[in-house]
Amino acid sequence: MSKLEMRPQVSFASLKRTVKMLFKFYPVLVPVTILCTLFSAVASSIPAIFVQNVITIIEKWYESGDWDAASKEIIPKITLLITFYVLSIIAITVQTQLMAYMTQGFLSKMRCAMFDGMQDLPIRYFDTHKHGDIMSYYTNDIDTLRQLISQALPSLIQSGAIVLCVFAIMLYYSLWMTLVVILGIFLMMFVSKKIGGGSAKFFIRQQASIGKEEGYVQEIMNGQKVVKVFNHEAECTEDFDKINEALFEDSYRAHAYANALGPIIMNIGNILYVVIAMAGGIFMLSNIKNISISGLPLSIAIIVPFLNMTKQFTGNINQLSQQINAVVMAMAGANRIFSLMDEQPEADDGYVTLVNVKTDKNGELVETSQHTKNWAWKHPHTADGSVTYTPLRGDVEMNEVDFAYEEGKDVLHDVSVYARPGQKVAFVGATGAGKTTITNLINRFYDIADGKIRYDGININKIKKQDLRRSLGLVLQETNLFTGTVMDNIRYGRLDATDEECIEAAKLAGADDFITRLPEGYNTPLSNNGSNFSQGQRQLIAIARAAVADPPVMILDEATSSIDTRTEAIVQKGMDKLMEGRTVFVIAHRLSTVMNSDVIMVLDHGRIIERGSHDQLIAAKGTYYQLYTGAFELE
Amino acid sequence: MIKQLAKCVREYKKPTIITLLFIIGEAVIEIFIPFITANLVNDIKAGAAMKEIVVTGIFLAVLALISLTFGGAAGFSCAKASAGFAKNVRKDVFSKVQTFSFGNIDKFSSSSLVTRLTTDVTNVQMSYMMIIRTAVRSPIMLVFAIIMAYIMGGMLAGTFVVVVPILAVGLFIISRKAMPAFRRVFRKYDRLNESIEENVRAMRVVKGFSREQYEKENFSRAAEDIRKDFTKAERIVALNTPIMQFCVYFNMAFVLLVGSKMIISGKGETIDVGQISAMITYGMQILISLMMLSMIYVIITISAESAKRICEVLSEESDLTDPENAITEVRDGSIEFRNVSFKYSEKAKRFALADIDLKIESGMTVGIIGGTGSSKSTLVQLIPRLYDATEGEVLVGGVNVKEYSLEKLRDSVAMVLQKNVLFSGTIADNLRWGNKDATLEEIQAVCKIAQADEFVQSFPDGYDSMIEQGGTNVSGGQKQRLCIARAMLKKPKILILDDSTSAVDTKTDALIRAGFKTYIPETTKIIIAQRIASVQDSDLIIVLDNGRIADMGTHEELLERSDIYREVYEQQTSGGDDHE
Repeated sequence: MSKLEMRPQVSFASLKRTVKMLFKFYPVLVPVTILCTLFSAVASSIPAIFVQNVITIIEKWYESGDWDAASKEIIPKITLLITFYVLSIIAITVQTQLMAYMTQGFLSKMRCAMFDGMQDLPIRYFDTHKHGDIMSYYTNDIDTLRQLISQALPSLIQSGAIVLCVFAIMLYYSLWMTLVVILGIFLMMFVSKKIGGGSAKFFIRQQASIGKEEGYVQEIMNGQKVVKVFNHEAECTEDFDKINEALFEDSYRAHAYANALGPIIMNIGNILYVVIAMAGGIFMLSNIKNISISGLPLSIAIIVPFLNMTKQFTGNINQLSQQINAVVMAMAGANRIFSLMDEQPEADDGYVTLVNVKTDKNGELVETSQHTKNWAWKHPHTADGSVTYTPLRGDVEMNEVDFAYEEGKDVLHDVSVYARPGQKVAFVGATGAGKTTITNLINRFYDIADGKIRYDGININKIKKQDLRRSLGLVLQETNLFTGTVMDNIRYGRLDATDEECIEAAKLAGADDFITRLPEGYNTPLSNNGSNFSQGQRQLIAIARAAVADPPVMILDEATSSIDTRTEAIVQKGMDKLMEGRTVFVIAHRLSTVMNSDVIMVLDHGRIIERGSHDQLIAAKGTYYQLYTGAFELE
Repeated sequence: MIKQLAKCVREYKKPTIITLLFIIGEAVIEIFIPFITANLVNDIKAGAAMKEIVVTGIFLAVLALISLTFGGAAGFSCAKASAGFAKNVRKDVFSKVQTFSFGNIDKFSSSSLVTRLTTDVTNVQMSYMMIIRTAVRSPIMLVFAIIMAYIMGGMLAGTFVVVVPILAVGLFIISRKAMPAFRRVFRKYDRLNESIEENVRAMRVVKGFSREQYEKENFSRAAEDIRKDFTKAERIVALNTPIMQFCVYFNMAFVLLVGSKMIISGKGETIDVGQISAMITYGMQILISLMMLSMIYVIITISAESAKRICEVLSEESDLTDPENAITEVRDGSIEFRNVSFKYSEKAKRFALADIDLKIESGMTVGIIGGTGSSKSTLVQLIPRLYDATEGEVLVGGVNVKEYSLEKLRDSVAMVLQKNVLFSGTIADNLRWGNKDATLEEIQAVCKIAQADEFVQSFPDGYDSMIEQGGTNVSGGQKQRLCIARAMLKKPKILILDDSTSAVDTKTDALIRAGFKTYIPETTKIIIAQRIASVQDSDLIIVLDNGRIADMGTHEELLERSDIYREVYEQQTSGGDDHE
């Protein structure tokens, strides 16, 4: 499966970029959140000082047993403590609420940025990337970012801040004891790195295994009926078991390390606690001179809070270590997301646009914002600053076009095609002969290497892609419909079409008949790419969609291949009407579909080997004749 | 639902139980550690002899080591139990799908089955892990910590009477509110991803109609809608932290204030300094346990949706089962339909097939012609019992198909489906689906009949050439011929071709049919086709219209009396033949 091929790259650059983007999106909120996080982190390490203070006071008044006197010292301390607490709770509430708001906002912005970027990518990108891979950017990879931003980053900041605070307080009390703690911390970091790193490695392997499983399941589920017809269930189950077992191994290892890390760190913490207690005892008993910021001598009032601080320290180190996975996975995820966002968008240097025009009293074309039925190409000339308007007619010319998808592997050689307005031009040839490639070039899904294509006499490289495509109606063999009603799908051709216009187009396409027989007529919803319709019905809807767009040029690429000949004969009448007055390019396997074309081009290995009308080609007794008599097979 | 999933634990019951034991052990030790550390603190404070301190310290360190071992071991066995559980769930779901009839398969889309086998199982695995890690641990910790706190702190434990209910109620309300919000938003999220997928697939249409801007706007609206819902849900959950923090702080302040009063007033007799730090630790333990419990609650409810979807598959019963004392021998290739009617689901208003009476003798070649939606495929799918007739009966070899063992019946009836699939693997691998013990000679022999041998030999690796997923590297016509060869390898008594030569040229098509006549004369051949040429020399041609037999007979007879047949014939021959 493809997911195996996408080796997840772990890099700090992508992490840095993610954080930078977060700052860019929320220049105010991010600092506010960080401040709140830091404040609540500090507030939660402060109590250690208070505990020490209170214990000192207790020790002072311990012998006397005079609570009233002691309370005068204790109560203000505790009041101050409570004030800290209240502020800390406010800070943490603000922080967590902002975090929830920003995480979702960030993800939403990322999603939109990815989607917007994706819309502008050239068709080549989609032809060369598996759809499953593209999808996983939006699901798995985005998910790793959610983990990173909502959990890992705040926890890193908070735990990091607490660790630093506690460290400072420790130094405030005693250098010797702090050194012991540092020793322990090193041990913990070492263990975290070993175990956490191992876990991250297996998590990434687990992702790959899931990808593999997904690929296999997808293939079998798609061919499940074939499996049944061949009684092949047992063999499939056996193959699946192998893949499943491998996934189990990776998943087991990944989680085992991740699970074990917590208790191991915590218990190293417990041992450290003992070591600190004993070290404190030894230091105290052996009267070693304490070195500290506070200058206080080592006493029980320092050891007790020190012990609590050790707990806090280890707790936070544990928190940090738990985030290693999330961070590593997010680095890989972010890297992939950025690779999508950094893809080069489809270049468009076109400056000729399609505009509505009307004829003024001098008989000249002028631009208008009204919805006239008349369109023209607006062609600004940089040389003299003038603008010319060429009426949209649908005249397409290809001159000596060469093209290769991959360098060195030419798909088209020296192809010239002239289609006058209203003509029907057909392409016939084997799979891979280059029929579809020609249509890919006319609407500039791909750009030609050599030669020229002109639309109404204008080089199509000068025409803005969007406008060029608007003037070309496209119906493909693989009909792709969208979730929504039948009406929505037809209207996709022209968004401002009225219901009547859509129905009119459906009638033209011969689709009205079956649509009106549906339980909900035009309001019948399509689900799952229209899997509730037959392939033939979907093609009819797709034809109606192109019809409503009412373009001067239509490209029908195997548009009626799944409609049976009898229905096609019925549809044909509508199609003929649809094609009337338009330039039409037809690609079809079925010769009966192309026979009545004005010109038929027979393609072979990217070259036009014959051209002419049906009668001319039959008379020539060439390849077309052989195809026609069944002596030759199209593949 | 839980019962159904629990069945998947199987051999991983052992690691599950071991995990629970380790975790109980770890929890108990963890409870005692603060108790002993309190002693240690007191020893130090009281200026006890170094020896005593060392003994307590070592004891504590040993406990910590045991706890570390337990915790680490629990981590491993827990991972094993949950990953194993997930493996079994996947296995069961996959095997279940393999038992599905066509009717069952139609109910689930293939992409929904893929999601169930991947994302949903992962969700269930995570919650299983959470459950065995914390469902036992947290209550134990909670109860023990409260008891210990009471023993050690006496009055001080009163703080929990205040804190615990606050936290419990707070967490409960939060989860109650958050859950439906999450469920709603996850459903929307699924739909958003579906629409992205749709968009990716339809990119040529989007660009062809210059709808990039329109799609961007639609998407940003949907994304914004989800953002709002997600934010709402997340903000509810985000209240967890402040509530938790409040309880921790309350506990601290209370213990310090009341504790110090108790120490000073009681002159250290009722309680001492060590106990205060222990009380703070227990307080934390209690609160964390509560927090974990609420987290489990949330995780379980979120994954309940996934569990439900998995169980939908697991509890789907195949509507076709082998009868008792199933017949395992199909006598010959004769077929009979007795007054058969069929609809795809009970709810369907319209019968897809109605009043079909048909007799086909063994060895005959039968053609079926009819427009889109005339139920040609439906008719033939009843023969290998891919569906059961709603009314009437279908007989193969003189016996009702329901009396055969499904496997034997389908071994004798080979069918080349209209929507055909080759799988990734070599060409020979694919052909061996028909007969896994087939020799290369046998494979070559059927390929010759199916007119596939020639082009296969032209590939550099011949029969070892790889077929890519979805069979994208062979042409439509080549794929169809390979599928016919694959079906022939079964040496069936009945061979059904459902529009299986549509991409093959007429000449090759004729050669294939001639091959059938020469090499498998005994086999009953049923050919569904769009082209009259493919069926015109059949012994019997059936004209289907709207699920009914409009007419049947030989080519000449039908030309004479069937309007539909004549119309199709004339349409296809008017400009010569229908060549493809």
